[in-house]
Amino acid sequence: MLHFDRWKIVLIVLTCLAGVVFTLPNFFAKETVESWPRWMPHRQLPLGLDLRGGAHLLLAMDTNELEKDWLTTLRDDARKQLREAKIGFAGLSVAGNSVQVKISKPEDMDKAYAALKKLVQPIGNAILGTGGNDITVEQTPPDVITLRPTEQGMRQRVSSAASAAIETVNRRVNALGTAESTVVRQGSDRILVQFPGLQDTKQLKDLIGQTAKLTFHAVHPTVTAEEAKQTRVPLGYKIYSSAEGEGGRSYVLQETPVVSGEDLVDAQPGFDSRTNEPIISFRFNQSGARKFGNFTKDNVGSPFAIVLDDKVLSAPVVREPILGGSGQISGSFSVDSATTLAVQLRSGALPTKLTIVEERTVGPSLGADSIAAGKLAGLIGCLLTGILTIVAYGTFGVFAVIGLLVHGFLIIGAMTIIGTTLTLPGIAGFVLTIGMAVDANVLIYERIREELRTGKTPIAAIEQGFQRAFITIFDSQLTTLAAAVIMFWLGSGPIRGFAVTLTIGILTSVFSAVTVTRLLVVLWLKAAKSKGRIVEVPV
Amino acid sequence: MFFPVPDFKGFDFFPHDLRLPFMRYKGICITLSLIFMAASLGLYFTRGLNYGVDFKGGSLIEVQSKNGPADLHDIRTKLNALGIGNVQIQSFGADTDVLIRVEQQSGGEAEQQVAMKKVVEALGDGFTQRRIEVVGPAVSSELRRTGIIAVFASIIAIIIYVWFRFEWQFAAGCVVALLHDVLVTVGLFSLLQLDFDLSIVAALLTILGYSVNDSVVVSDRIRENLRKYKRMDLNELLNVSINETLSRTILTGMTAIAGILALLIFGGEVIRNFSFAMLFGIIIGTYSSIFIAAPLLDYLGVRRDTVGHAVKAKEAAAAKAKEPTPAKAKAASRQS
Repeated sequence: MLHFDRWKIVLIVLTCLAGVVFTLPNFFAKETVESWPRWMPHRQLPLGLDLRGGAHLLLAMDTNELEKDWLTTLRDDARKQLREAKIGFAGLSVAGNSVQVKISKPEDMDKAYAALKKLVQPIGNAILGTGGNDITVEQTPPDVITLRPTEQGMRQRVSSAASAAIETVNRRVNALGTAESTVVRQGSDRILVQFPGLQDTKQLKDLIGQTAKLTFHAVHPTVTAEEAKQTRVPLGYKIYSSAEGEGGRSYVLQETPVVSGEDLVDAQPGFDSRTNEPIISFRFNQSGARKFGNFTKDNVGSPFAIVLDDKVLSAPVVREPILGGSGQISGSFSVDSATTLAVQLRSGALPTKLTIVEERTVGPSLGADSIAAGKLAGLIGCLLTGILTIVAYGTFGVFAVIGLLVHGFLIIGAMTIIGTTLTLPGIAGFVLTIGMAVDANVLIYERIREELRTGKTPIAAIEQGFQRAFITIFDSQLTTLAAAVIMFWLGSGPIRGFAVTLTIGILTSVFSAVTVTRLLVVLWLKAAKSKGRIVEVPV
Repeated sequence: MFFPVPDFKGFDFFPHDLRLPFMRYKGICITLSLIFMAASLGLYFTRGLNYGVDFKGGSLIEVQSKNGPADLHDIRTKLNALGIGNVQIQSFGADTDVLIRVEQQSGGEAEQQVAMKKVVEALGDGFTQRRIEVVGPAVSSELRRTGIIAVFASIIAIIIYVWFRFEWQFAAGCVVALLHDVLVTVGLFSLLQLDFDLSIVAALLTILGYSVNDSVVVSDRIRENLRKYKRMDLNELLNVSINETLSRTILTGMTAIAGILALLIFGGEVIRNFSFAMLFGIIIGTYSSIFIAAPLLDYLGVRRDTVGHAVKAKEAAAAKAKEPTPAKAKAASRQS
């Protein structure tokens, strides 16, 4: 226990130095660090949102809506398949979580089954060997066929929708500037948006709060919404209400849109040259332009509707064919809402509506206060601990404090290298580990004193003290480590930040107390021996 | 070799020949602890916990008045007129800072945001937003669940470890001590109706870690002494072990408390409850390892021949040679 090989000493000193070197950038301003030569470490401890200020939004996708959308598509696909196969059907509708078809003639069943079977897509991972299909097709004699999405298929839908949503949200959030925002998946159907340094979250929420599915529809030439409500909606049409709310009029529109937002290549906010109202001008891609051109050519004089998220924004009359593929949308926008919508249209529609299920926003002023408070508390905590240790253990106490300093540097250095963000709970964890790191030293020194009291020689007492205490330190730190790991594993947000610091802290505290302090004690022993016989241990 | 630190001895404030008869009070202490645990459970089920937004759902907003002290009465009138249910308004730290809590709105996730918007609009331009926390029903129930799981998973992991390293009796003592610490801390939060949120769960987990740390140190010494004094009465042996580790227990407790006091006094409002829970927990955790975990061993009994599977014949023989009851053991036997 009281012997160190030369290479071990070198290794320990190097580790301590590495801790100091990697911690160093954290003491300077970002600009200063950037001007340092290239061989020096530049990385700084990233501050959590609770310290630097910013928004943390957890968004949930509407999986019910996804399922409903899928069933609708499935129904349309089934209709197409049956028509292509020239099979007559009496009924085709979404029933619960399935699509049901009633075939007119029972003798067509086999043919219909074969046709609908084509809609089944295999899913799964060839490498993992998980197979399966996205839907099941079942026949119920005499004349009903049921298409039902499988659980696996639904999971895959949700998963791909989440990926698409993340991309869209990312584009929208980036439109707000600052490149430091992060958008990541959490669980199966949630998305976490972190946006540092934001004072007002209203704009951010507006941007991601809307699906922004833009579609252009043909308006039914004769039937008005009022008539349709009283009698029946013509086949293939649907009633859409106005975006203006209660007072606005409703429209009977063809359910399948002429063109949709997917065909947009650009959307910019602007002003109408005549009325000076905020508008959005847009441009279609080639295929969109062609579809839109053909439609307007055939429908001069009749209205068409611009629909956003199933609400009619406006329904202008086609005055002349629009062949260039560009146009503008008006619809009682404010300047802000026009800008927001333009960003949303440019970044594409979300696969489903996203609901904010958790928000944690911290203003920059509170963040700055927290940093100041954390620094002060940390400093005073360390100071108190240091004084107590030196008072209680004299020279060896000084060694313990040096160990504590190393521990502090190693914690911050390790966190900087790993890139864990420092949060307020993290600072609390840091202060706590300082208090607990001393425990290892206390165990050792108390043990040395005990051994001295039994009449052992100084060297034997020191040797025994380190050796015996080590078992206890190992046991006690490992149990604390177990708690910290579980905290990290199960905890969310603030608990995690705390757990990371605690975990790293436990590891570095063992190193600093057991190794660094021991090395210092060994060096002291050498120095003392060279002066003569050791009579007293300064502990 | 030159060595820069002058030699000086530390102040050994702890009288080491003091043999406190801890075990004599084990009955009273365990009874008292059982009463406290029962009382805490009772409080939890009758008075309940004052769950923060994390666990209850709803919203919280901290604002700072731009011009002088905030008028809580005025804010209260404005917000009560909004019809968003129960609104709690309290001063937070400085007199310009106000913490507003809005209860969870019925009608799903999106409604929470609507309510928050109303509050921000009603407050007007006279305030800056320092912090907003909105937790919907889905997330709050998840956080509640994972919080409970985290506490129990930690306890189980710790028990398994202690069981593995020691004997089942030690593990049993640990469980009771850990449950005691968690229960009593929760009971205190129920009694004082302090905000119980995620950070308190983190505090509970840390308290668990600290408390078991203490128990392990004492257990380690008990194990060592079991090998050393083969014939000593278990009751005495436990008392000796507690006394031998007492100076360490107190000093470590003091340094831990020093750090936590710094957090409590200077760490700011946001982590005040957390620091308070930690402070209480460290004290209660220290208490439980001395007065619950160790004494329970006396009731449970320890099979002395198997303690520490690693005891080799040689070691045992060496211990036996040393055994002729040392002064310490005599002192302890005089106590009881």
